[in-house]
Amino acid sequence: MTLHDLYLLSPEIALAGVAMLVIVLDLFVSRKGVLPVVGMAGIAISVLFSASLWGDLQSQPSGQMSGVFGTLAVDRFGLFFKFLLAVAAALVLLMSVSYTERFRRFQGEFYGLMLLATSGMMLLASATELISIYVALELTALPMAALAAFLRDSRSAESGMKFLILSAISSAVLLYGMVFIYGYTGTTSLAEIAAVTGALLDAGYLDPLAAFGDSKALLFGIALVIAGFGFKISSVPFQFWAPDVYEGAPTPVTAFLSVASKAAGFAVILRVFYVSFPVEAMSQHWAAIFAILSVLSMTFGNLVAIRQDNIKRMLAYSTIAHAGYVMVGLAAVATRVSSGQADVGASGALFYLGGYVATNLTAFAVIVAVSNRIGSDRIDDYAGMSRRGPLLAATMAFAMISLTGIPPTIGFMSKVYLFGAAVNANLEWLAIAGMVNSVISAYYYLRVIKVMYLREPSDGSSVASDTATGIALTFTASATLLFGVYPAPLIDFARSAATALGV
Amino acid sequence: MSLENFLIVSAVLFAIGLYGALSKRNAIAVLMSIELMFNAVNLAAVAFSRYTLPAALASRPSAGGDQMVHLLLTGQIFSIFIITIAAAEVALGLAIVIAIYRSRSTVFVTDATQMRR
Repeated sequence: MTLHDLYLLSPEIALAGVAMLVIVLDLFVSRKGVLPVVGMAGIAISVLFSASLWGDLQSQPSGQMSGVFGTLAVDRFGLFFKFLLAVAAALVLLMSVSYTERFRRFQGEFYGLMLLATSGMMLLASATELISIYVALELTALPMAALAAFLRDSRSAESGMKFLILSAISSAVLLYGMVFIYGYTGTTSLAEIAAVTGALLDAGYLDPLAAFGDSKALLFGIALVIAGFGFKISSVPFQFWAPDVYEGAPTPVTAFLSVASKAAGFAVILRVFYVSFPVEAMSQHWAAIFAILSVLSMTFGNLVAIRQDNIKRMLAYSTIAHAGYVMVGLAAVATRVSSGQADVGASGALFYLGGYVATNLTAFAVIVAVSNRIGSDRIDDYAGMSRRGPLLAATMAFAMISLTGIPPTIGFMSKVYLFGAAVNANLEWLAIAGMVNSVISAYYYLRVIKVMYLREPSDGSSVASDTATGIALTFTASATLLFGVYPAPLIDFARSAATALGV
Repeated sequence: MSLENFLIVSAVLFAIGLYGALSKRNAIAVLMSIELMFNAVNLAAVAFSRYTLPAALASRPSAGGDQMVHLLLTGQIFSIFIITIAAAEVALGLAIVIAIYRSRSTVFVTDATQMRR
């Protein structure tokens, strides 16, 4: 462990340190408004360190700085997610300011756990070794479980318990898979796994014509790893935890789970599969698995979301569907792309995740603002919101339009880019399935707009957001619009990040 | 004793743990079953580390001392990390079980159905 290793870890260390600081500070200060400010400062420090690391990368010909005994790599791919997660965490922190007034005690722990989870997600995005991936995964999952159970009511405790138990089961499945990969290749480093499987393929021990050759152990391990990661991104058939956890958890935590946790999950999936199993003999098989999971997730999520009456539960099913859309990017793996840019699949997934963070956080910020005032998450209680809170209703309508994928929003741009990637990779059927699903999803997204604008309000009192949530809303809504009109900077950012995966 | 024996025991343990985690009604029993799954993984990791790596090393005569130790111990280090994190997981699990017990006076997961379907 050298000083340089500490520097490579500095974004995570800054967040973890500030998390501890916030918890200790909570004991001493009586004005709890200081806590989110300190938390924001921690995120800002972490972003500064990430920016400094990004600057240092420019002088690295390999585009990568490896450290901490080869368990961690700082590259553009990891840093893309660090910036994305930092932005998501900052926005969720802003939404939490008014929400945390519900519990007078333990506010420090709320912010502290959130920062710790963020630091785990950042670690997840740059871990390059199976053991550290597992540790980072648990550093993400355990604080999230504690946060889900944070409210003092039985629904929240139930949500926390369901998350913890199912996350532990999925971790065990993932570990069992990792151990088989380790046992077969003799190493836990992602790059060395690629070297060993590549050498075995060249020597003819792995037969490319049979699925993953004669190596049933490796196939078994990879299948279990996909199952374990599938839970983290709430893909069908590992999605059953999401609706209950999303409904019962505090709303800012739900928001954080739905965007940040999902982004980190996709970061680690992309890295593991692109770095460890890049050869075509393997990638065509795992890409096919992701293509099937993608269609199942989209269809299941969208169909079940139609009949939900709780908006958090509806967005839980919508998030399952969006995991399906992002998996289109995994299915359009680089080795399938015969013409054009090879990185469209990976960069499409990154671009889509960026857009999803902006859009979904807009929706959740409105939900937080509304539920702070009317204390309900039922879609029917949004009736007449256009008159009770015109600005909130308009923002919500805009978020729903972006989630559906209608211009001029980033939701539209990222869907175009992603489905274009599928067509490039000769997966036209997947692109068509995605478009059909977008049409299905319009039904329940636009229903929210219909309820807000066409139904009479049951109660005439006005609904407005508090200042902090308002700031978060302004930021997310303008990002959704801005990148929807001019997506080039975000696409360039995603593409330069995807090149770090070696495509 | 060969590697297969250990892997069979590990697979049996994992299957029992998975069955228990999905079918037990008592939250404490669910947490115990999850521990069983983690321990099945530990057993497999240590067995792989003991049986497959000496063979891998033999095929790599150029490996130096440091590298050999690194390779030989990876599986065991893996299981130490798993044990530590599993302990943290159970601690949090029990804390949440207590929170549920306080609000509902039950530790049966089948009763935790406040959110329907």
